[in-house]
Amino acid sequence: MTCRALIIQRLVWFGLALLTFLTLLVLFFIIGYISAKGAPVITPEFLFSLPVRMGKEGGILPTIIVTLYIALLAIVVATPFGVGTAVYLTEYSRESALTRIIRFGADALAGVPSIIFGLFGFILFVIRLKMGWSILAGGLTLAMMVLPTIIRTSEEAIRAIPYQFREVSYSLGGTKSQTVWRVVLPNALPGILTGVILSLGRSVAETAAVIFTAGSTLRLPRTILDPGRTMAVHFYILAREGLSMERAYGTAFLLIIVILLINAFSYLLMFRLTRRLK
Amino acid sequence: MREKLIEKGLLLVALSALGSLLLIALFIFVEGVPLIVKVGIKNFVASTHWAPTKGSFGILPMIIGSVQVTLLALVLGGGLGIAVTMFLAEFAPRWSVAILKPMIELLAGIPSVVYGFIGVMVLVPWIRRSFGGPGFSILAAGIVLGIMILPTVIAISLDALRAVPLSYKEGSLALGATRWQTLYRVMLRAAKSGVIASLILAMGRAIGETMAVIMVAGNALLISASPLAPVRTLTSNIALEMGYAAGDHQKALFATGIVLFVIVALLNTIAILTMRERK
Repeated sequence: MTCRALIIQRLVWFGLALLTFLTLLVLFFIIGYISAKGAPVITPEFLFSLPVRMGKEGGILPTIIVTLYIALLAIVVATPFGVGTAVYLTEYSRESALTRIIRFGADALAGVPSIIFGLFGFILFVIRLKMGWSILAGGLTLAMMVLPTIIRTSEEAIRAIPYQFREVSYSLGGTKSQTVWRVVLPNALPGILTGVILSLGRSVAETAAVIFTAGSTLRLPRTILDPGRTMAVHFYILAREGLSMERAYGTAFLLIIVILLINAFSYLLMFRLTRRLK
Repeated sequence: MREKLIEKGLLLVALSALGSLLLIALFIFVEGVPLIVKVGIKNFVASTHWAPTKGSFGILPMIIGSVQVTLLALVLGGGLGIAVTMFLAEFAPRWSVAILKPMIELLAGIPSVVYGFIGVMVLVPWIRRSFGGPGFSILAAGIVLGIMILPTVIAISLDALRAVPLSYKEGSLALGATRWQTLYRVMLRAAKSGVIASLILAMGRAIGETMAVIMVAGNALLISASPLAPVRTLTSNIALEMGYAAGDHQKALFATGIVLFVIVALLNTIAILTMRERK
């Protein structure tokens, strides 16, 4: 009987290991496939020249610039709100019905599909507030989308700071806001940054919420009130309309590399943070 | 006095996420509800005829399509996800978990358009060759979504398994149960609500996913029980037609958004409440 149970355990171990391996294989396949076909496309001309004939020829410079603008705008707008929310939840309130509702709001916002953000951003920013398809409208829409990520990571980072840090500040006559500003936030900074960087990655990857708010114009934007096409949107249009598979692979490769680097950086940050606090 | 002001200010900031959520709901509903009222809720959600430029707004095929694709993704991605979770929680050596977990989380960072693209280039032709049909199908969308929900399933159910008190495990092992028996009969049962929450949350993800599904599902307006048939989901319906829709047609897309929003809100609320109960 015991022997049989051990044999079953062996079999289960083998099966589960196989399935885990399969999952990793999918990850490696995606990255390997895109890299093999996309990496050779990346040349300085591809990165730094303007697209010709709707992207059939030429480079992707405008899409890189628009992606940068939109993603930066999103985190610049979302970070103060996200960190402020986290500070309120951790430093300025006790568990109450109100904080539970605030947390529920953040959790529920995190689950809203990106296409709904797209619809909303289109009707509010593009139409009602008359921004038109623009980097501004796209950035604001994404800011709302990444807000929950920043709230959650900032809250965790602030909670990880030992209470004694605050006591020292208070005992020296520091007020609450001084304590938050000079003791809590500086110590939580690496953790907060992790959330901000993750949000940057999500903004770069997003398509559905951007395509209906920032538009898909392939021109170089002059101001944030101009419309623009992000790398993700450009890749989608190239692939879907079969304009240039070669350039689609190149754009996808760049997109994946940028996002992997961003995520790896945020992991490193989090890893160092957790080690320091231990 | 100044401190009080700061506190009030922060409270306002803290309401931003909830405010965003309400604002989104408000605008989607204001745009979409008049159309649902105009054509009647029954004609909207229970009619199979979608010809928005001719005044027919039945979204039943899309509702069924979304459900089919989501359930398939849940079976594939949920099953695989829980298997990986069990391996990481009990069988994999500690050092390897520290490497494997971030790698699996990388899957969450890959843009959905890239998943869709790989689906089109690799999965769709494979399905066409091996099983016949157009390749663009419920099956293709289900597999792609199944992979996309893996990080959600694994992250949350792993947390749940790790939150099970050590004494449960020790008690079971002390009684002579093997590690597998302990995992299967004790730990998984104790972590049940967390695992279920992860699956519900993953369902919300799958039903709300847009770009990857548009690329591989074929988007045909039909109802079919065959997994090889092409299908159009609620999300792809919105994204496909938003570019050129105007008037009632555009309103109908917002109304489609309402149906999606309500389904996702229900799923997420259940998941959030289930997870909160545990704490």
